[in-house]
Amino acid sequence: MLTRRNFVALGASAVVTSAFGARMALARAATERRFVFIIQRGAADGLGTLAPVGDPAFAGQRGVLAEDFAAAPKLDGMFALHPAMTNTLGLYQAKQALFVHAVASPYRERSHFDGQNVLETGGASAYAQKDGWLNRLLSLLPADDKAIALAATIPMALRGPAEVASYAPSSLPDASDDLLARVSAMYREDAQLHAIWEQATATRMLTSDLAADNGRNAAATGTLAAKLLTAQGGARIAMIETGGWDTHAQQRGRLTGQLKGLDAMVGALRTGLGPLWANTMVVVATEFGRTVKVNGTQGTDHGTGALAMLMGGAVNGGRVVADWPGLGDAALYEARDLRPTAGLDTLLNSAVASHFDLQPVRTAAKLFPEMKSAGVVKDLVRA
Amino acid sequence: MAKAGIALNRFGLGGRPGDAPGADPARWLMAQLERYEARPEVIAALAPSSQIVGELADYRRDLREARRDMRAMPRPEADTEVAMRGSAMPPRRRDPDDPTAQVRRDARLQARDHYADAISARALTALNSPAPFVERLVHFWANHFAVSADKLEMIGLAGSFEFEAVRPHVLGKFGEMLHAVERHPAMLVYLDQAQSVGPNSALGQAAGRRGGKAGLNENLAREILELHTLGVRTGYSQADVTEFARAMTGWSVAGLGRGGADDGQGGGFAFAPRRHEPGTRTILGKSWPQQGEAQAAAVLDMLATHPATARHIATKLARHFAGDDPPPALVGKLETAFLKSGGDLPSVYRALVEAPECWVAQPVKFKSPWEWTISALRGLGAEQLPPMAMNGLMTQLGQPVWKPGSPAGWDDVAGSWAGPDAVMRRVEAAERLAQRTRDTVDARARAAELFPGALSESTAQSIARAESPAQGVALLLVAPEFLRR
Repeated sequence: MLTRRNFVALGASAVVTSAFGARMALARAATERRFVFIIQRGAADGLGTLAPVGDPAFAGQRGVLAEDFAAAPKLDGMFALHPAMTNTLGLYQAKQALFVHAVASPYRERSHFDGQNVLETGGASAYAQKDGWLNRLLSLLPADDKAIALAATIPMALRGPAEVASYAPSSLPDASDDLLARVSAMYREDAQLHAIWEQATATRMLTSDLAADNGRNAAATGTLAAKLLTAQGGARIAMIETGGWDTHAQQRGRLTGQLKGLDAMVGALRTGLGPLWANTMVVVATEFGRTVKVNGTQGTDHGTGALAMLMGGAVNGGRVVADWPGLGDAALYEARDLRPTAGLDTLLNSAVASHFDLQPVRTAAKLFPEMKSAGVVKDLVRA
Repeated sequence: MAKAGIALNRFGLGGRPGDAPGADPARWLMAQLERYEARPEVIAALAPSSQIVGELADYRRDLREARRDMRAMPRPEADTEVAMRGSAMPPRRRDPDDPTAQVRRDARLQARDHYADAISARALTALNSPAPFVERLVHFWANHFAVSADKLEMIGLAGSFEFEAVRPHVLGKFGEMLHAVERHPAMLVYLDQAQSVGPNSALGQAAGRRGGKAGLNENLAREILELHTLGVRTGYSQADVTEFARAMTGWSVAGLGRGGADDGQGGGFAFAPRRHEPGTRTILGKSWPQQGEAQAAAVLDMLATHPATARHIATKLARHFAGDDPPPALVGKLETAFLKSGGDLPSVYRALVEAPECWVAQPVKFKSPWEWTISALRGLGAEQLPPMAMNGLMTQLGQPVWKPGSPAGWDDVAGSWAGPDAVMRRVEAAERLAQRTRDTVDARARAAELFPGALSESTAQSIARAESPAQGVALLLVAPEFLRR
């Protein structure tokens, strides 16, 4: 997916300059902490990433999709990690990877764009918040803490009043995601165009491929992000967009490639960040999960409960956090999806608050103002 | 859509800033027939088909000579190599010094220049014409009589075909256009007529004695009946096709016919009497005793005003202006206008403009890529184009100019154009077109101007909420109103 490199600085040239050394002296380096948000666009299958092999209903419900886990490394009595994720497994064993399962944003429908909007704005429903929670996070950090998006245009999570840079790893003339989202809204009332467009965007998600090139491109993106985060006066926060998670058909092969790409990206980040890895938290999240049962084309459809991953030297890992709802038919959400038992907004809020040493209540009010539960997930960060 | 918007978008090629059809849009449309220019400057400046045919004749001669040279060339290594490696000689065409490859390459480059110039001229004419309704009709007829620039001989000729055979006759009689298109070098080459030989003609007999392969080619005769005039399954038989093909033998292109440049001069239509099948032909139950060139011409005259032709043309025009499944009442009206006037096209256009079926408020057509692109550029007020821009854009959008790939032309129904990938490509193209406007266009005002009184609330709102002027323009260009007409 990421080939030719050229700068696309959108209203943020100052940050771009600083990232390349114009401001060598950083007098008030308030934090050495680094935060990377990797979004999995298209609804990644959490059950296919971290499988509850200890759930008695798992094999029966997942059918052919369970086969990937026949020889997969078991993390504990319940969960096994997809065998393609070798770097991630290493991080888990080094207690630097933490998984949160059966998690979901407040969104309960199954539209990609709406789901992503909720995930990125931090609202309780689509379009309720006007800017992104990552942008609002910047307002809580020292002024020198900047953010950069590895994307052609600034993704929703990073949009808002704070200046943000973007760096496009690819110059392919794809339409920007924001325009696509607005086109979706415009076609909503038009039966013909709505149907055409749903298909078009689904296809686009399948083809903007993290798995391409056997993960080399994904690794290159990870290396690039690390470079931008380690530069003198560089960004403290980076967001990486990954597509290709909408596995409606032939999921096994596709998801294996996708996970390999993601795993390579994380591996490259770790290598590239060097000593800074100890101060880094990477959060991987998706807009919603996928159906528990396999569909008629060896894939899965849009669902609810999903998986989130926290990785990095700063993460208090080596654990799976899950209030496991079970996979038996009766346990499923709307008789089809993994029932969510944890709030993704709560998790994100807890993660950034503890990582940047902020007051969770204060960050919640700023980042997730519509959050229902006031809870905090504890001990996410190494003491 | 209000009537003004229908006149601009359904009948025309989309409004330009400042376009206003006034109080009587139907009259505005018919007045364009007076303003139409068959040969605007940009088109007059192009190479005529006679020149392009001359270049093709030169190319064929050069190719023959290059082949002859190659045969005469000594092949010093050949004997030992063959002896040592058996049949493993590399194919000769891979040889970078192959003189025939060079000839082909040069001819292709020359043809592509003509092609690019012609596309540019077509687009500029469509952008700036004072008679967009008539320009739409030019595009319609060029697609009805489609040639496809797929093989080398056609790449350079496709544009001249539209400019020389269609444009001058779009406001004449159907029969006049029919004669012009069937006699144009592009059509004669595209549908292999230039090669056809009557088996009993002088050339056919001579070739037969030598055991040669000269013979009849039915391609053009069949497509005239099936696509250009009567329409498929309208009662003609295979025997009619063959007889018509025999009548057409001898219709050829000077310099490109069988046997080289012996068929006359000038790079235009030429009749080759030595290839014409002698005798009376029987077609659709009538006998045609005419001699020579006049025989097929007389058949064309009959086909031009045949009731089946009237119905076929009426159906296609109705589909173009009133919906994929054209209203039978409208087809009937156009058919009657066609028959009563002897195929007088302005009479048919008048019937079209007067028919209420063409003025229904709901959009009736999903624009083809060409229609969408031209209307987008007009809507943005473009008057010039970067060279080759149109070429690339049309290829990206799935409708490379003059390359429908078949003599049936491009389909004129939504099913061919309203696909997920196609719409996604339009969105991508819209974003790029919008960026080129450099924030000089206020999409809110422009939308109201282009779709007077017909902008949906959802479109207006989407445009108004855009995050930048350019994004507003992009949304305007892919709005439901803009994708349809």
